[in-house]
Amino acid sequence: MDTSFVMILTIFALAVFVGFEVITKVPPILHTPLMSGSNAISGITLVGAIVASGSTTGPLAAVLGVTALVFATTNVVGGFLVTHRMLKKFRK
Amino acid sequence: MFMTFDFVNLAYLIAAVLFILGLKGLTHPRSAVRGNLYGAVAMLIAVVVTLVDQELLNLPVLIGGMAGGAAIGAVFALTIKMTAMPQLVGLFNGFGGGASVLVAAAALIQAVGIISGAGAGGLDLQISISTVLSAIIGAVTFTGSVVAFAKLQGLVTEQPVRYRGEQIVKILVGGLTVAVAVLVILDPADMSLFWVLAGIAGLLGLLLVVPIGGADMPIVIALLNSYSGLAAAATGFVLSNTILIISGSLVGASGIILTQIMCKAMNRSLANVLFGGMGAIPEKASTDDIYAGKTKSTNADEVAMILKIARRVVFVPGYGMAVARAQSAVRQLTEAMEADGITVEFGIHPVAGRMPGHMNVLLAEEAISYDKLKEMDQINPTFKNTDVTIVIGANDVVNPSAREAGGPISGMPILDVDQSRTVVVIKRSLSPGFAGIPNPLFTFDNTLMLFGDGKKAVDDLVQAYKEA
Repeated sequence: MDTSFVMILTIFALAVFVGFEVITKVPPILHTPLMSGSNAISGITLVGAIVASGSTTGPLAAVLGVTALVFATTNVVGGFLVTHRMLKKFRK
Repeated sequence: MFMTFDFVNLAYLIAAVLFILGLKGLTHPRSAVRGNLYGAVAMLIAVVVTLVDQELLNLPVLIGGMAGGAAIGAVFALTIKMTAMPQLVGLFNGFGGGASVLVAAAALIQAVGIISGAGAGGLDLQISISTVLSAIIGAVTFTGSVVAFAKLQGLVTEQPVRYRGEQIVKILVGGLTVAVAVLVILDPADMSLFWVLAGIAGLLGLLLVVPIGGADMPIVIALLNSYSGLAAAATGFVLSNTILIISGSLVGASGIILTQIMCKAMNRSLANVLFGGMGAIPEKASTDDIYAGKTKSTNADEVAMILKIARRVVFVPGYGMAVARAQSAVRQLTEAMEADGITVEFGIHPVAGRMPGHMNVLLAEEAISYDKLKEMDQINPTFKNTDVTIVIGANDVVNPSAREAGGPISGMPILDVDQSRTVVVIKRSLSPGFAGIPNPLFTFDNTLMLFGDGKKAVDDLVQAYKEA
């Protein structure tokens, strides 16, 4: 591994702080889009699923990877689309 | 190889920045659509770069799987009714959690395969611990979300399901989860142990959400949202993948903040929501005795007359409005009153509905300007200058007994609707809200009860108002 454990732990800690700073400013009227939008972002597991299903360590890992891939893509595409649909409704 | 690696992480950095800018966009309705697009572009960058970086042995399978998932997601997102948004968000949370468990499993198989022969001790502790965390959080998120979905969709009862020894069962299963987790860390090569762990954690998610009632759903949905992010972050630790860690922790933080806001709006601790007994005893004390002779019933014509001479009207919607699908009628009444120069605003309690921001989405769907949707702190000082407040489908969030000590909702911040000149409460009956306690507001001198189905009552009001 090129990245040491402490290094990625640092990234994790800093990202949590950034998250807190940014999200605290989201107004209550946008809390639902925030949830569905951030939920789509958590579908980033998709990247993990690609890595996992690209593995050559046998059929089981590949099957698990592809199933994860379907789940995560559903989450990502569905999440961003529905958030878009919702946000379009917020008009002045 | 070294060059490729740098290129990938550079792209991940760009994606991370776009994710953060995207979330920043959500701080205002004006910039929110663009923010969401930033997020989608960031995801696209991360996915494409990862695909390119992989040795493309399984490319057709990968593309096929993604196309399938994209199609399912698109169908869900485009066909779902806005009123079904809480359960959809719940369901998507579950997909994310489920994916994390599966990725962790695949990664474990891969990692164990690489070090096979070196013995179990050969597996990096970072990988084994984060695999275990990813499995636990992911499985809890998955089953918990499925239960939340089933409750919100009405497939199972929304009532809190409580049983004798509930807390002990939860503690036992929680303890068992930790014990099996330790076993997996000690012997990661035994895949069956991993599945046992995922199964038990799944059971734990089930046990945690089943006892929670409908009105506490905003907290559960926010918490599961946070978990889905943390599961992704844990998967990031398994794969030493920075974009997973960054995005996962952003979502984790977001969900935790929402959870805190929801808890504060109910004046309850998270532990109390997860383990507490609110709504535990369905009291069948006759509400007739409490309210007998003290409430004033009204009709659409009378309310229409009062509205005609009003200058400022505030709607306070609750979950009942969503159930009755009365929001469209509310919009019509709003438009009719605004045509007469009446100022109309909406006072929205943070926990109104079944998920954070639920009421806002329903009203935005009706093309009601977001300028009129006021949060609790904004609307409360204005009630004393309000001629008529119309409470529709809300109960506990306008219950003045929250101001007194010793009750189940004591200390919960409420909307001070009783300060307005007239309060019209649209409600089917005098039955209590989720907290199961009577609402003294209904007996106040300035309160009028308009009994009936929310949609029909407001439809009648629109009719009566136009004729008045």
